[in-house]
Amino acid sequence: MIAFGGSLLDVLSSNTMYSSTVRFAALMAFAAVGEWVAEKSGTMNISVEGMILTGAFTAALGSYWFDNPWMALLIGMLGGFLVAAIHANMSHRLGANQFVVGLTLNVLAVGLTAFLDAQIRPTVTRVPEFEIPVLSSIPLIGDALFNRTWVLYLLYPLVPLAWFIVYRTRWGLEVRAVGENPQAADVSGIHVNKRRRQAIYFCGACAGMAGAYLTIGQSGSFAADGVSGRGFLALAAVIFGGWTLKGTIAGALVFGVFQALGSAYQALGYEANPSLLGALPYVMALATLLLFAYRSRQPSSLGRPFVRGLT
Amino acid sequence: MTAAAVSTDGLDGLDGVAGLDGAAGADNVATTADRRPPNAFLAVAGRSVPTVLLYVVSISAALGLCAILVSTTGGSATKVFSALLDGSIRSAGAWGITISTATPLLVVAIGTIVGAKAGMDNIGQEGQLLLGAGAAAFVATRLDAPGPVLLTASFLAAAAVGGLWASLAVLAKFTRRVPEVISTLLLIFIASQIITFALTKKWLLRALDSSSRTNNGEPLPKSARMPGIEIFGNVVSWGAVVALLLTAVIAVVLARTTIGFKLRMLGLNPRTARRFGVSAIGIGGGALIFSGAAAGLAGGLWLTGGTAGDRFTGGISSNIGWQGLLVALLARQKAALAIPMAFVFAGLRTGSNFVAATGVDRRITDVIQAMLVLSLLVPPAIQSLQRRRRRSGVAA
Repeated sequence: MIAFGGSLLDVLSSNTMYSSTVRFAALMAFAAVGEWVAEKSGTMNISVEGMILTGAFTAALGSYWFDNPWMALLIGMLGGFLVAAIHANMSHRLGANQFVVGLTLNVLAVGLTAFLDAQIRPTVTRVPEFEIPVLSSIPLIGDALFNRTWVLYLLYPLVPLAWFIVYRTRWGLEVRAVGENPQAADVSGIHVNKRRRQAIYFCGACAGMAGAYLTIGQSGSFAADGVSGRGFLALAAVIFGGWTLKGTIAGALVFGVFQALGSAYQALGYEANPSLLGALPYVMALATLLLFAYRSRQPSSLGRPFVRGLT
Repeated sequence: MTAAAVSTDGLDGLDGVAGLDGAAGADNVATTADRRPPNAFLAVAGRSVPTVLLYVVSISAALGLCAILVSTTGGSATKVFSALLDGSIRSAGAWGITISTATPLLVVAIGTIVGAKAGMDNIGQEGQLLLGAGAAAFVATRLDAPGPVLLTASFLAAAAVGGLWASLAVLAKFTRRVPEVISTLLLIFIASQIITFALTKKWLLRALDSSSRTNNGEPLPKSARMPGIEIFGNVVSWGAVVALLLTAVIAVVLARTTIGFKLRMLGLNPRTARRFGVSAIGIGGGALIFSGAAAGLAGGLWLTGGTAGDRFTGGISSNIGWQGLLVALLARQKAALAIPMAFVFAGLRTGSNFVAATGVDRRITDVIQAMLVLSLLVPPAIQSLQRRRRRSGVAA
């Protein structure tokens, strides 16, 4: 037990731990920011997993076709947006059940990316690290946060931007209104389903960025099983955060720590059962939901379709 | 909740997310007219388009898109189609294999339908199935008993473990308000790690004489293989009969019994159901546990009667859970409809073995399956929109 405690301390204070926590957390944070906006508008967007996966693949395509990381990022965002466009229009225009659509899109994304990957086999150029001077020399966290690829740095303005959009613009007010009380929003002249669609588009673009970050910023290749449920962890992060942006980012960080723990533990040469460590982030996600889902107040109309004229 | 709100409550499911039934349920209590100008897309679709035509157009569009996808990536759509037919029904013995594959899909789908009818969206079948198969493998390789006893015991174990796994989601939902959609999803990943763990321990699932690095289960004894029935050169596993019986029983229970009525009422309108004294935990939780047990049983059936090989492996579930869930979605909560849908999906699955020979990646069938589901969501949605428009007196 003491040996275990010692190894845990060793792992937690290692540089590997910090840098892989940021690596895992950033992927989820990109997606979770988008998911947060979508949930604020009242959509429990489970297709976020498929959005990340599609974004990861289309970013690989972009890198393969143009050999330019900016184009890869753009096309990655476009891929996420495409999934969002299908989801938004099917569930908030045609009125199909949002869980069914989201689920099917996830399955579609898995099949389609695996198929196209096998047919096209895109090669990806990984974006090298770019060290931000001064900031990167902050002890402990500096290297982990400010000596990364520039794709990750996009997250830093994205978070305050999302906060500003949701809390300080008219559009954001309307998004929150349609998530809380769509009937009232409708009566006051807000096009409920349009706002919900737009929020999903935003989520798609963010999840696409997450995918692009995974492909061109982290692994330098596309792997069909590369996302493996981390979109769902992003979703759990939103619930963990009680539908606040701060909490959502904190959630992404916490789940990032648990994922990093698994990889850092082995990287430092300690013996631990890999499958138990692999289950850790999901177990912790579930545990945190058990703790927090009850207390926090979700958007009142989360997951409920809006049809005009119904109470 | 106002009195007016209560008075409009029929059994039409406007409360919350009305099950996994595709279209939003609430379309027949439009009290306020929808004054928006009609949508251009709907104007094209028209008011009087017959149902069949809508479905035909929608499905052809989906299949057409898949064909375009194959052609643009350098394959031949006709060859793929022909290979799918060969692999699923035309080649010798293919019928039997397709039916044996359809069996677990159908059982998963039936469970999902029961859950969805009660308004419980179980989407963790993949994990429940994997654990169920693991439990069946454990019993089948440890218990020394004659064939029928052994099979029954392993199926019971499979169903029990699948149900137990789903009951965790029930607990989380009713004690801590964790949405079952999220908890069942997360439980999939935990289940797969548990199985990976179990395959590293000889006292759990790992083969006793295994010295290789690949962790597989002990080969199943002969008596734990589901016997087959031979029909015109096709071997059909008895599991198919079990699945059909289960489907028939569930269809009758849902349509003709009090408990089935309570279940449907809970799914359609939880508020009304509560007033009639239907227990959300008892009936709703029970339905979710049943769907988990069905997925677990499907795992047992797949292990003993499917084409997954002679032993348990970590990859045994190979999307059967997900595909069974899609079958349930396609069947639109109708147990009888799940039978042909399961067969179609199984055909795509077995047919995909022949697709590789055409130079096209076999996972095109995954795309076809998802596209089919998406395409079948569109017609009912359009129709429900049209009904609503008509009733509220707005020219479409």
